[in-house]
Amino acid sequence: MLESSSLLVLPDLTQPTGWLPLAFALVMALAMLAYVILDGYDLGVGVLLRRAEGDAQKDTMIASIGPFWDANETWLVLGVGVLLVAFPMAHGVILGALYLPVALMLLGLTLRGVAFDFRVKARAEHKPLWDRAFYAGSLLAAWSQGFMLGALVTGFADDWASQVFHAVLGLCLVAAYCLLGAGWLIMKTEGALQEKAVAWAQGSLWLTAAGIAAISVATPWVSPRIFERWFSFPNVVLLLPIPAVTLALFVVMARSLKRLPTRLAENNQYGAAVPFACTVGIFLLAFYGLAYSLFPWLVVDRLTVWGAASSPEALQVIFYGVVVVLPVIIGYTVFAYRVFWGKSTALQY
Amino acid sequence: MENFDPVVLARIQFAANMSFHILFPTISIGMGWVLLFFKTRFIATKQPHWMDAYQFWVKVFALTFALGVVSGITMSFQFGTNWPGFMNTVGNVAGPLLAYEVLTAFFLEATMLGIMLFGRGRVSERVHTTATFLVAFGTTMSAFWILALNSWMHTPAGFVMIDGKAHVTSWMAVIFNPSFPYRFTHMLIASGLTVAFLLAGLSAYRWLLGDRSRSVQAALRTGVYVAAFLIPVQIVVGDQHGLNTLEHQPAKIAAMEGIWETQQGAPAVLFALPDKATQTNRYEIAIPKLASLYLTHDWNGEIKGIKEFGAQHPPVAPVFWAFRIMVGVGLLMLAVSWLGSWQLRKNALQPWLARVLVGMTFAGWVALLAGWYTTEIGRQPWLVQGVLTAAQAASQVPASNIAFTLALYLSTYAMLLFAYVRVVFHLARKAAQAAMGQGVDGMKDAPSVAITQAGVAHA
Ligand code: HDD
Ligand code: HEM
Ligand code: HEM
Repeated sequence: MLESSSLLVLPDLTQPTGWLPLAFALVMALAMLAYVILDGYDLGVGVLLRRAEGDAQKDTMIASIGPFWDANETWLVLGVGVLLVAFPMAHGVILGALYLPVALMLLGLTLRGVAFDFRVKARAEHKPLWDRAFYAGSLLAAWSQGFMLGALVTGFADDWASQVFHAVLGLCLVAAYCLLGAGWLIMKTEGALQEKAVAWAQGSLWLTAAGIAAISVATPWVSPRIFERWFSFPNVVLLLPIPAVTLALFVVMARSLKRLPTRLAENNQYGAAVPFACTVGIFLLAFYGLAYSLFPWLVVDRLTVWGAASSPEALQVIFYGVVVVLPVIIGYTVFAYRVFWGKSTALQY
Repeated sequence: MENFDPVVLARIQFAANMSFHILFPTISIGMGWVLLFFKTRFIATKQPHWMDAYQFWVKVFALTFALGVVSGITMSFQFGTNWPGFMNTVGNVAGPLLAYEVLTAFFLEATMLGIMLFGRGRVSERVHTTATFLVAFGTTMSAFWILALNSWMHTPAGFVMIDGKAHVTSWMAVIFNPSFPYRFTHMLIASGLTVAFLLAGLSAYRWLLGDRSRSVQAALRTGVYVAAFLIPVQIVVGDQHGLNTLEHQPAKIAAMEGIWETQQGAPAVLFALPDKATQTNRYEIAIPKLASLYLTHDWNGEIKGIKEFGAQHPPVAPVFWAFRIMVGVGLLMLAVSWLGSWQLRKNALQPWLARVLVGMTFAGWVALLAGWYTTEIGRQPWLVQGVLTAAQAASQVPASNIAFTLALYLSTYAMLLFAYVRVVFHLARKAAQAAMGQGVDGMKDAPSVAITQAGVAHA
């Protein structure tokens, strides 16, 4: 493990022990980012399901995510897999500390993953029950993920104040996923449901902003090192674009959401993708900011990317696989999204 | 909670999750190929009943797949949380195998599944068939990688231990370790048998309800004939698997056979109550010399008894019984599938046999779990044979946390399993009534027609 002070002394990146852990940290970060955005929108749709009116709206909402949810969750499997395989030490510490929220998340993901299928196959009178399981599972999964994000930021502090902070951040992530989900629905649906989705997006906008503000304040507050990273000169000037662009995206989105109802009423779909695109942009920036704060720590001030990495020989074997297969995966993922491009329609098999 | 050993709890939890998970991939693996078969039959013969069969079974497949995915995601977390010592010791072997499973199998099947389920009409028929093939292929690849790892845990090869950590010397030797070919084949056939009996069972159920549609007949025949073909192969492969185990894990064989003393001309024990305290069998019924014959292919071959292994042997009774349940179900499958084939060939399926088939809808699951319990408990006290024991690998998570999450998982699993079996039969009933022109749930729908926008509308 590295001392805090020796933190900026990077290992020799020409050696496998230097660059391999870095490469895997990058793969893990990309997998987690892909997961948060992709599963984020479908978890958000799940949470919003409760506000839909009537079976037809619910069916459309679920149809819009039906072909994608399984692949979306696979990014989580990849992210956790890389953590387990490339950083076994950090895996033990992180998942040990997060044992209970992880269990709750898994329960949530299980309920909602199966509710998708059960709701249309079970007896008609059980359908509302599965709809509720779908909503509750999505909510539980989203909230636990926010809770874990909080714990990661505070370095797994378990005093009461921190726990409350984690729990509040859980709610903020639920809101952020709702925003993403609402943006997805604005893009993928039409008519009354689309108008509703605009209202849902407006509702979750502010809580999302509050969550991002909370993390931005908490991270430097928890760690003097992170404080220094952000607020020392010249970093503070160079990094200013991150909060500035985030703010700009919020403003663009708020204005777009204000205009959309009139436009949609005139049957004009122009700009229907703006809220989703802005939210994705905000997620990217928030993620980048977080990564900048934490890197090279996997566990804040305790374990670095290099300190936690497993032996280079195993990493090398996986690295070849990643280099060859990941582009193929991205290729057929893009293909799948193109197949289901446009407004979602009845799906059947 | 102090009186609960966290190691025991972690083992129960892992075994519970594993047992739950394996039920569904086992069906997905076989069913993927069956669906491809139905679809290619349709394309080749243009007869609509093959498509009807496809459209009914794809619903069962989608439901099964969803359960496999969610329980699989749980597995990917459990591995590290419950057995951190496992990754620390053999992570250099396990890590790449698990990683390749995610990279080459999970993404493929998960992405293609969307196109397979919902893409008909949006992509060409050929792309759809390709997607169906890739889903089936992906599930089989999952099984390939995970069984390579599991087999390696039973018969480790291709590595050296340096400072208490395994380092790979040959990946070919790791993947194609001595028990892998047997285990992989046996598992794939098990998957085929499980699906065959599911096909036969649900179709026989519809048949008994009076549904004589051609798609039901086709699925029934497919199920019974596939079972009749696979079961003898499975018995031969199982026998070979046993010989391989005798070579590498003789203590497991001793427990499976219930043989305490090393002896020549060992008997095949049909029934007994193995007694740990006295190290003998009570109420033993045995056929002399038979075990030596099928294990060593010599009437007087020597079989090592359990006492030979000191304390390093697995618990005898569960291994002994699990093995008998598996073989018992296997023999039952042989009888039923051959009789069924004979009656179907003469177009004279008897209602009583149809009822037996309904009763055996999930017989594959019983044999499957029994087989896995034999294998896994028979490896005790080792987690990786001769390298690492389960106690060394266990985690430091407090017992109360494990107990809490265990209760959570168990209740969820019980509920889901109940719902799954009920819904599968409900689908069959609905399809049968639709085929016979009445609706269930107060609505009419033919199995091949999806209604509403119901999206995901597996109608
Ligand atoms: C439908 C499922 C099914 C059926 C009908 C059978 N098996 Fe099996 N058996 C399995 C499903 C299975 C399994 C679940 O797939 C196992 C667990 C691990 C493995 O490799 O396969 C297994 C394990 C297993 C093992 C233990 C391997 C070890 O030492 O690790 C042996 C010796 C046999 N089988 C032998 C047989 C025989 C002689 C059968 C004759 C009827 C038989 N099996 C039927
Ligand atoms: C798929 C069907 C499987 C079933 C039903 C199953 C069942 C079990 C059971 C009952 C145990 C507990 C043995 C005991 O404590 O006495 C166990 C242990 C274990 N199995 Fe499996 N297993 C399966 C497959 C696998 C696979 C594919 C792997 C790894 C790739 C695996 C790895 C383990 C590990 C790590 C343990 C824990 C240590 C131990 O208690 O032995 N299992 N399994
Ligand atoms: C013999 C044991 C196993 C077999 C044969 C097997 C096979 C499969 C198959 C075929 C699937 C995809 C099909 C479906 O979801 O129904 C699947 C899903 C999954 N399995 Fe297993 N598996 C086994 C054990 C394990 C173990 C030990 C792990 C964890 C380390 C695991 C993790 C997963 C995950 C994460 C998924 C979901 C993948 C997705 O998103 O599509 N499995 N498994």
